[in-house]
Amino acid sequence: MGFEEVRFEKDSDKAIQNKPLQKALVNVTDRFRSARNKASSEVPGWEELRSNVREIKKNTIENLDKYLTLLEENVIKSGGRVHWAKDADEASQIIVNIANERNVKSVVKSKSMATEEIDLNSSFESAGIKVVETDLGEYIIQLAGEHPSHIIAPAIHKTKDDISKLFSEKLGIPHYENPEELTKVAREKLRSEFLNADMGVSGANFAVAETGTIVVVENEGNARLTTTVPKIHVALVGIEKLIPRYEDLSMFLTILARSATGQKSSTYVSFITGPKKPSDIEGPEEFHLVLLDNGRSGVLASEETRESLYCIRCGACLNNCPVYRHVGGHSYGSVYSGPIGAIITPQLMGIDKAAELPFASSLCGACHDVCPVKIDFPKVLLTLRKRIVKSRKLSVKNTKDIIEKLGIKFWRFTVLNNSIYKITNKLLYYLQTPWKESNGKLKSLPYPFSRWTDQRDFPSVAKRTFRDRWKERRGQMG
Amino acid sequence: MNNKNATKRPIKVYIFITCLVDTFFPEVGESMLKVLDDLGVEVDFIEEQTCCGQPAFNSGYQDDARVVAKRFISIFEKTLNHDSNTETYIICPSGSCTSMVKVFYEDLFKNSPEILKKVSRIKENTYEFSEFLIKVLNTVDIGAKYDGVITYHDSCHLLRELRVKDAPRQLINSVKGVKFKEMDLHDACCGFGGTFSIKFPNVSVSMLDEKIDCIVNSGADTVVSADMGCLMNIGGALSRRNIPIKVIHLAQLLASRG
Repeated sequence: MGFEEVRFEKDSDKAIQNKPLQKALVNVTDRFRSARNKASSEVPGWEELRSNVREIKKNTIENLDKYLTLLEENVIKSGGRVHWAKDADEASQIIVNIANERNVKSVVKSKSMATEEIDLNSSFESAGIKVVETDLGEYIIQLAGEHPSHIIAPAIHKTKDDISKLFSEKLGIPHYENPEELTKVAREKLRSEFLNADMGVSGANFAVAETGTIVVVENEGNARLTTTVPKIHVALVGIEKLIPRYEDLSMFLTILARSATGQKSSTYVSFITGPKKPSDIEGPEEFHLVLLDNGRSGVLASEETRESLYCIRCGACLNNCPVYRHVGGHSYGSVYSGPIGAIITPQLMGIDKAAELPFASSLCGACHDVCPVKIDFPKVLLTLRKRIVKSRKLSVKNTKDIIEKLGIKFWRFTVLNNSIYKITNKLLYYLQTPWKESNGKLKSLPYPFSRWTDQRDFPSVAKRTFRDRWKERRGQMG
Repeated sequence: MNNKNATKRPIKVYIFITCLVDTFFPEVGESMLKVLDDLGVEVDFIEEQTCCGQPAFNSGYQDDARVVAKRFISIFEKTLNHDSNTETYIICPSGSCTSMVKVFYEDLFKNSPEILKKVSRIKENTYEFSEFLIKVLNTVDIGAKYDGVITYHDSCHLLRELRVKDAPRQLINSVKGVKFKEMDLHDACCGFGGTFSIKFPNVSVSMLDEKIDCIVNSGADTVVSADMGCLMNIGGALSRRNIPIKVIHLAQLLASRG
């Protein structure tokens, strides 16, 4: 499965201990962040552009049934075929069947989060079909047998040395130190894979309803080759990737490249409308569009969190997230990481399977500020937290949850009555005495506060609270 | 003193003292009082007040948060029913608790139009302390004196929910004797995040480590912010590590007289 088990606390602890990873995360997120900030500041009316693309996404998602039907009609009109997949298994089955029916032995893939989400590679491998990732980052993690750790830079958790060792071991080449040399090796290997492939699988950044066009944005040219060289092209696209009109693309392409990498435009932008036409010199003979639901219609049904589907997968929220910066992508246990992962994974895979993720945020709002479609991440995270708390089944096994609930109930009891609140503060003042150091700090408290005091001092309750002091002041003022 | 009070009617301020300030840092509330006193503003404190409800809201316990928030609303709503001869404000020494009231109450009560009406009245008259000084009182220099090199930590809610960035800096720069040094990543979260800090302590402290590095590298001897949540976190690490950098709330800085 593309979704591993979510063990955020455990996996993030590991990531924090991994010094090379920490360094790589800071370097990459700093670079992407400053590039994005520069690029966005150069576009007059950037904020207005964000509002406009959000509006288009909102309208599309709210009328998704209409636009999906239109897309299907236009893909068929252009000679393509459309398949509907309700979940990951069905999507994999459809694609593997297309391959089997046409005796496909070898598949090349361009970078696609949707195919990662359904773990398509495993399905191909089980069916005895060779599949090769052709995006350099994806190629690296496929060789390593890992999952992507960033939406647009899948191998950022790997250092140059890691890659050098990996290539040497898996490809039987000497240890090359130089990234250019490593890239050259990958390019040569991949070139023959493209020429021998029977089928190309891509995702899409956008699917245009009024023309049936899918748009693929990339920098390496591998997606262009994947979608044009093999005889069969299959595109797996989440149903939320729709945009209504061709002319909307200019806004979306403007905002996507800048938000993602800070580029004015990606190096390659491919517009694919159906298979090769008689007048075309090149292109696939067959074009299949597989539209993936996999939980998305459930997200659509919720007015509170529907905006999660506006995402155009630029990765800006990851690059600006202080949590992602310190824990990396793998801590999220899903192909989607960072703030977008924290909101989309629990909604797609089920809240009970990813209940840690909506809490794995300090609600700092940096993601909301840079999101090209202005997803209100704090609001969605808070809504998901509410759902998780409501759905919790408290049992002796979940002592953590029980302690938390008792804590909240106790807090509620005290703050609903200012006399009780005052008495509680007085009690706390005396109760803290055994832990209080000479400097007035608390250095070790029992669980759950130990999770604070293990690494930080905690302040002590004041002998005279503010309200005590106010009373004295009022007394003095008569 | 440079109080160019643009409004004609006298101003009355009801202070909204956060539970953190009341319980752990009463001196911050007193400093805010001193500043307002010195500016000649009439101040009142309603003793019934306790908490705005944010701890439960952020932890997902919205029903509990709603009950506590309702209580807050009924207490502070009364303050706005004063005679029309005074302008009444609710002032809070925290960007976070202010944004709970000004931003998140709307979400919490989205299904209760009656309460929303009250929320919108309260919202209009509620200000975080630094924004109130600059925007409402038009006051920058309040005669404070402090001998030190100061760096400022932007608290997330003040910066990104309330969009207050310049006001604290203007106020800091107006203090005599202060040398201001902007730190790297001044707008990055310190890792507090309420219960986040104990749910994921190692992530929280990893974020905090970077913040502490930025503070130390700024060369400042004092770090200032407008939220005691952040300062409790930052201060907790500084004192544990014996780093001799002072941690004070903006109100404390503005109340110093050298």
